[in-house]
Amino acid sequence: MKKTPLYEKHIVLNAKIIDFGGWAMPVQYTNVIEEHRATRGFAGLFDICHMGEIEVKGPQALDLLQLVLTRNLAEQTIGQVKLSTLLNEEGGIIDDLTVYKMANDSYMLVTNAAPKDRDWAWINQIQQEKKFDCSLKDISDKTGKLDLQGPRSEEILQKFTETDLKTLRFYHFCESRVTGFPAIISRSGYTGEDGFEIYTTADVIGNIWDSLIHAGEHSGLKPAGLGARDTLRLEAGMMLNGQDMNESVSPLEVPYSWIVDMNKDFIGKAAVLARKNSGKGNKLVGIEVTGRGIARHEYKVFHRGKEIGVVTSGTFSPTLNKAIGMAFVDIDFSAPDIQVEIAVRDAMVPAKIVKLPFYKRSK
Amino acid sequence: MSKPNPQDRVYSRDHEWAKDNGDGIVVVGITDYAQEMLTDIVFVELPPIGKKVAKGEPVAVVESVKSVSDVYSPVSGEVIDVNTKLETNPEIVNQDAFGDGWMVKIRLSDAGELKTLLSAADYEQMLKEEKH
Repeated sequence: MKKTPLYEKHIVLNAKIIDFGGWAMPVQYTNVIEEHRATRGFAGLFDICHMGEIEVKGPQALDLLQLVLTRNLAEQTIGQVKLSTLLNEEGGIIDDLTVYKMANDSYMLVTNAAPKDRDWAWINQIQQEKKFDCSLKDISDKTGKLDLQGPRSEEILQKFTETDLKTLRFYHFCESRVTGFPAIISRSGYTGEDGFEIYTTADVIGNIWDSLIHAGEHSGLKPAGLGARDTLRLEAGMMLNGQDMNESVSPLEVPYSWIVDMNKDFIGKAAVLARKNSGKGNKLVGIEVTGRGIARHEYKVFHRGKEIGVVTSGTFSPTLNKAIGMAFVDIDFSAPDIQVEIAVRDAMVPAKIVKLPFYKRSK
Repeated sequence: MSKPNPQDRVYSRDHEWAKDNGDGIVVVGITDYAQEMLTDIVFVELPPIGKKVAKGEPVAVVESVKSVSDVYSPVSGEVIDVNTKLETNPEIVNQDAFGDGWMVKIRLSDAGELKTLLSAADYEQMLKEEKH
């Protein structure tokens, strides 16, 4: 397994380590509920060094990205972050990634950990075919990334940067310094809370980690593992690549139609349109278990005894104190309040389709 | 650190305990070490009363936020009672695995099976070896 630059910190903190897409990652330090609640109530610090970063630079960088990504980036301003999907020719989702516009001819793509090499190969293949005037560079290994999430994040991070964080808007970033080291501070995240994604070089990420952990002690900050990251993102209605979507799923079958611009050309567009016009297909929905039990990944979903889909993510929600999840179901049974059953071991447990998200922070 | 394993009962290699009431009935639960490994227990599924189980077969299910784990019956027999409090307060298993967090009572079909289980000292020895 690959280790992040923070691996030794996790060992010292007694974290339970799991294999996540080939990476040895902390799933929890104390327990998931505690880390989850710390993030919702105060702040959580997450090692996200496993995610990938790809630089795209050159006069035609935007032309390449407009072709490979579904989101229209024409109006993106320098300092703005945009979420997009990357599709294959069949219109299936290879990855959902964020696009950082660093300058007019310079971008950084932030990819999920598991599909990073696939993204890299696919974007390079298209670049070689189309010969746009731009170059690609995989900077994942030399980049370190931390997510500081939760209502106290701004107050904690402000102690270590000269940037006035109040002026940094949601889904915007700036190139600044954190504890004196050059860093990108992005107001964004994967928990449904206010917070920051911090990028710096791998060799100094440990210094920033230590400073934030130390300073955050009195603000209720806790290191948080992938277990809490998963329950936090699920409550916030955010999908997990490889689990809630994969290369056979169209972005229109999941809550990503808003990042697909049909008014421009992009790889996979014809297939996405054809699938949409067929009127068939599936839809990713929220589910709430109303009976006794917890829906889990790959449990089957039924409607009056007929199989209609499968649970993609499921857990016990620490905020709502009930079992919630996402399921990929036949589009005819995807409307909110439809009663379904989930096969939990030997039992059929009642559940219902609900709107996403499950949790929305108060502003 | 886990709480000490009481001397008044026997243990399975799968981290269950069985306490003999002396009347052919044993109380069964999971050890403190097990609850500590599972961490935040959020759901316990108990068997129907009257269910016949064989030693080593699943008799209950415990779920943490992240995981689903079977509880294996350390003895063979018939389930005569279950701890229904765990249905509404599964965290009792985390708080008191050896006491209020008990899961089922089983009427033994073969009292000799108890002798095949581990003493508290043997169980602790096994935990030490597992850690290495």
